[in-house]
Amino acid sequence: MTSPLEQKKIKLTGPSIVTANRTWDGAVIYRTAANDWSTDLGRAAVVRASDEARALLAESVADDLGAIGPYIAPVEVDEKGKLKPGNLRERIRLKGTTIGVPALAQV
Amino acid sequence: MYAYDEIDRTLVNERVAEFRDQVKRRLSGELTEDEFKMLRLQNGVYLQLHAYMYRVAIPYGTLASNQLRQLAHVARRYDRGYGHFTTRQNIQFNWIKLAELPDAMADLAEVGIQSMQTSGNNLRNVTADQWAGVAPGEIEDPRIWSEIMRQFTTLHPEFSFLPRKFKIAITASEHDRAAIKIHDVGLKLKKNEAGETGFEVLVGGGLGRTPFIAKTVKEFVAGRDILSYIEAILRVYNQYGRRDNIYKARIKILVHELGVEKFAAEVEEEWQQIRDGELKLDEEVVEDIRSRFFYPPYEKLPHMPDELKQASADPQFEAWRRNSVFPHKAQGYAIVTISLKPVGAPPGDCSAEQMDALADIADKYSFGEIRVGHEQNLALPHVARRDLPAVWKALDQIGLAIPNVNLVSDIIACPGLDYCSLANARSIPIAQELTRRFASHDTANLIGRLHINISGCINACGHHHVGHIGILGVEKNGEEFYQITIGGRADEGAVLGTLIGPSVPYGEVADVVEDIVEAYLALRARPDELFIETVQRLGVEPFRERVYATR
Repeated sequence: MTSPLEQKKIKLTGPSIVTANRTWDGAVIYRTAANDWSTDLGRAAVVRASDEARALLAESVADDLGAIGPYIAPVEVDEKGKLKPGNLRERIRLKGTTIGVPALAQV
Repeated sequence: MYAYDEIDRTLVNERVAEFRDQVKRRLSGELTEDEFKMLRLQNGVYLQLHAYMYRVAIPYGTLASNQLRQLAHVARRYDRGYGHFTTRQNIQFNWIKLAELPDAMADLAEVGIQSMQTSGNNLRNVTADQWAGVAPGEIEDPRIWSEIMRQFTTLHPEFSFLPRKFKIAITASEHDRAAIKIHDVGLKLKKNEAGETGFEVLVGGGLGRTPFIAKTVKEFVAGRDILSYIEAILRVYNQYGRRDNIYKARIKILVHELGVEKFAAEVEEEWQQIRDGELKLDEEVVEDIRSRFFYPPYEKLPHMPDELKQASADPQFEAWRRNSVFPHKAQGYAIVTISLKPVGAPPGDCSAEQMDALADIADKYSFGEIRVGHEQNLALPHVARRDLPAVWKALDQIGLAIPNVNLVSDIIACPGLDYCSLANARSIPIAQELTRRFASHDTANLIGRLHINISGCINACGHHHVGHIGILGVEKNGEEFYQITIGGRADEGAVLGTLIGPSVPYGEVADVVEDIVEAYLALRARPDELFIETVQRLGVEPFRERVYATR
């Protein structure tokens, strides 16, 4: 598998975070500023420059036991500093599917 | 049904133990994700947007009731209470935890279900006509040969690391319900002039980024030679198939680049060296496999029993019967297709409660057998026609007496961006909206047979290229857009659809489909001219004009 760190230049279009899936259960997780992971987007470390992004991605990739497939994703920061997913894919990863489940399924 | 022997049971149990150890080593850090990824893929374990996805094989689409109950158990205990039937006779669980996967796998192994080679660059689940063994007029039950092929392809040491995945489908009927022409290898059972059973062999079909319809490489290969011939195909592919470019790695590209004559010649040369070797099938071996398939003891029953005559006065029953009940090889019996396409629901999804209830219905009315078709529907293969009213009522109680089989709302859709990490756009909400637009049964019947296929990306898991109306999700500047094709079909007359014009945004897709359907209703030569026939007669231009005139 090609590491995302092999990209020569990381281009950011705005504020970004690093996200991945948790190894033991596959849950969506976000890299925090405390060198840890959280399922809470609000705790994600926000980067705005490519060097920062590369560093955050590097420490995320290094945690191979904790997370699978870390990558940089766009994020929106509102005027109060609250984080929101930066695109539809990330909205779905955070909030779940946009569809119902079978009528008789127990969720 | 096929009865597994001790070799099968041992193999499956050993695989579970092996995977349990691999998961343990991954979770302890002994294996990195790079090391583990190929191992999990060989066992059908993907990583999707929200969680791991576990793909389980249903070889040739045949399930026993106890197996369906166990799938329900896995859905309930390890997942979120439902499963998703795919376009290749698999079922997928979308929310499974890696740490619990070995237990789920062990539970399925108890009833002979496994997930070997449901992903990865190897020989995938061998699929077949879901009406195998019960369809009137078929040459022979294709599952016998599918099972031989399953045993041949499982853990085949030479073909475990192919350039890319490889899919085989088999049919034994004139009408192709297994979509063999969009498979890497499609096998059509036939008899030669001497009355011998064998196969027409087609190679190089496939959808995805570069779609092709399979081409015939040999008109007749005798049954005893089919394994050596498949081996020869795989050897040519393994040798010449491209490993440097994932987009050019499927056998369809090799067949296209070499040309079918050159490809066939390469296969022939290889085959002549191995055809009389150990892969030649003795009749005893075929007979042994044949003897392991259980066929119900059909009674002699009337074609039009009193129960059916009485129920036919109920228009709701009749609406369901007309679209869901199909002829059976045995008099007095029928094949019942169960639509998994309720209005507003994700195509192919089935809850654990529905699976349990279907298993009970199968026990009571279908000799304990259920079939899975590539259209993401199920079937009861052995229903006495006198029991049809009771089956209808039982299905209605679980929300599955849906009278839309083969109609406009019987939509094939991939999981799309709601689940899939490869997708660019959502598929399921488009399908849901279309089922609402065409919820009226009268309208759907007026339109007649019409297959809509939806894929959320160019990988084409929703088979959009071969939908009568095909819908492909693409991403443009962060927004979901959809390309629309018409005129595709996946049956014996398989053809790729034609793009009708520029892509349209998410919010307009259902309107566009309605425009296309309205154009068809206005253009068809007579009420029984099917949508696909109108497109074949007139081409795409009148539909293009209708869709884009006001856009």
